[in-house]
Amino acid sequence: MKKFGIKEVVAAGIGTALFVVLTEVQIPLGFIPNTSLQVRAALLTFLSAVYGPLVGGIVGFAGHALGDAFFYGSVWWSWVFPDAVFGIIVGLFAKKFAIKEGGFEGGKIALFNGVQVIANAIAWIVLAPVLDIVMNAEPAKKVFVQGIFAWLGNVIIIAILGTLLAVGYTKIGAKSSSLEKED
Amino acid sequence: MAKLLTYEKKDTWIDRLCGVTKLIFFLAWSITSMLTYDTRVLAVMFVISLVLFQLSKTDWKQVGGIFKLIMIFMIINLLAIFIFAPEQGSRIYGTETVLFPIAGNYVVTAEQLFYELNILLKYFTIVPSVFIFIVTTDPSEFAASLNRIGISYNIGYAISVALRYIPDVQDDFHKIRNAQEARGIEMSSKAKFMDRVKNTASIIFPLIFTSMERIDTVSNAMELRGYGKHKKRTWYTGRKLQKADYMTIAVTLIFMAAALVITYHDGSRFYNPFL
Repeated sequence: MKKFGIKEVVAAGIGTALFVVLTEVQIPLGFIPNTSLQVRAALLTFLSAVYGPLVGGIVGFAGHALGDAFFYGSVWWSWVFPDAVFGIIVGLFAKKFAIKEGGFEGGKIALFNGVQVIANAIAWIVLAPVLDIVMNAEPAKKVFVQGIFAWLGNVIIIAILGTLLAVGYTKIGAKSSSLEKED
Repeated sequence: MAKLLTYEKKDTWIDRLCGVTKLIFFLAWSITSMLTYDTRVLAVMFVISLVLFQLSKTDWKQVGGIFKLIMIFMIINLLAIFIFAPEQGSRIYGTETVLFPIAGNYVVTAEQLFYELNILLKYFTIVPSVFIFIVTTDPSEFAASLNRIGISYNIGYAISVALRYIPDVQDDFHKIRNAQEARGIEMSSKAKFMDRVKNTASIIFPLIFTSMERIDTVSNAMELRGYGKHKKRTWYTGRKLQKADYMTIAVTLIFMAAALVITYHDGSRFYNPFL
């Protein structure tokens, strides 16, 4: 694992701030009541993919806990932990994505989306409902339906905005091999 | 603009307590309320949180709007539980006292109502404590206290940076949104779904990319000042624990232990009045 350097500390901090602020940006999915696309999920995926598991875990955990507390006055721990786990899983592949190095294209985009779909499934279809049942004794049927919608919403928004963010950033960050030979 | 809960300086005894104390109280309190389903414990906790809320002199104005939002969320959640599992209460308490049927297998039972009342109580014990914690704790002292309870100072510092930059980032966000809206890029419900996704992108992209630059700037500044050179660091806003702090922590932990003993002494976390 990468060492926790200054850049990671600041990225985790400002990333968390961004995550908290973006809590207010939600796009309702018209056809299913009470579910919305969480733009902050795309941010978390992007930051985890750029800075690695530590930053992903902190932004997921602290961002979700603080965002809930600041905007809703209560913290749903059973949904905070899954976000942290999601950030960590995506972060583990940070080196493979090579977003900062400027090579994020083709197969890497496919890998990025594969990872996000699976990590989302682990977080929202497995972890969040199980925690809801164990911690809050909520009915299984309800929490699994909620989990599946959360999974679906996150997968969609990350596939669109998360991918675009990563592609956009890789173009800005491109350093070593961005020169093209002119004819 | 969505309103955030924010710290406000007031000279009450809760205000004067160390951040560490309040953090320990907050964590112990939410863990207890999460674990217990004992109605008696929850009722006592609910009363205590109301008293504390009063003592902290938190203005209703500061938290009222958010409270209404939570209420709406709570009602939807309770309804959802009933729609998905109207028999959950009977399953937990082992008996079935039918009050009145609605339709099909939707039957209102006393057990279900009692179970949902417990869920409601749980939230009502946590919400005031979150309000009190946020409204009475100085953000920079909060970061110092994270370090004090044994969390690595890098993480404490990251949280400190987060709390420091939330207002700045929010400000940027609103500026960018206003600017884009002035150009006719609509992010609110007036736009169609796909347009909304696209327009949201055109607002959050500048926000995130300026923030990425900010990360570079801030981390360079910190590097120049030798951040992370030593294994330990001191905190400007850190305070020493006073007598009142030790007492609060002791009372909190004793209360938590007692609450958990009462909850679990009969081997179940539910208090069952139906037996």
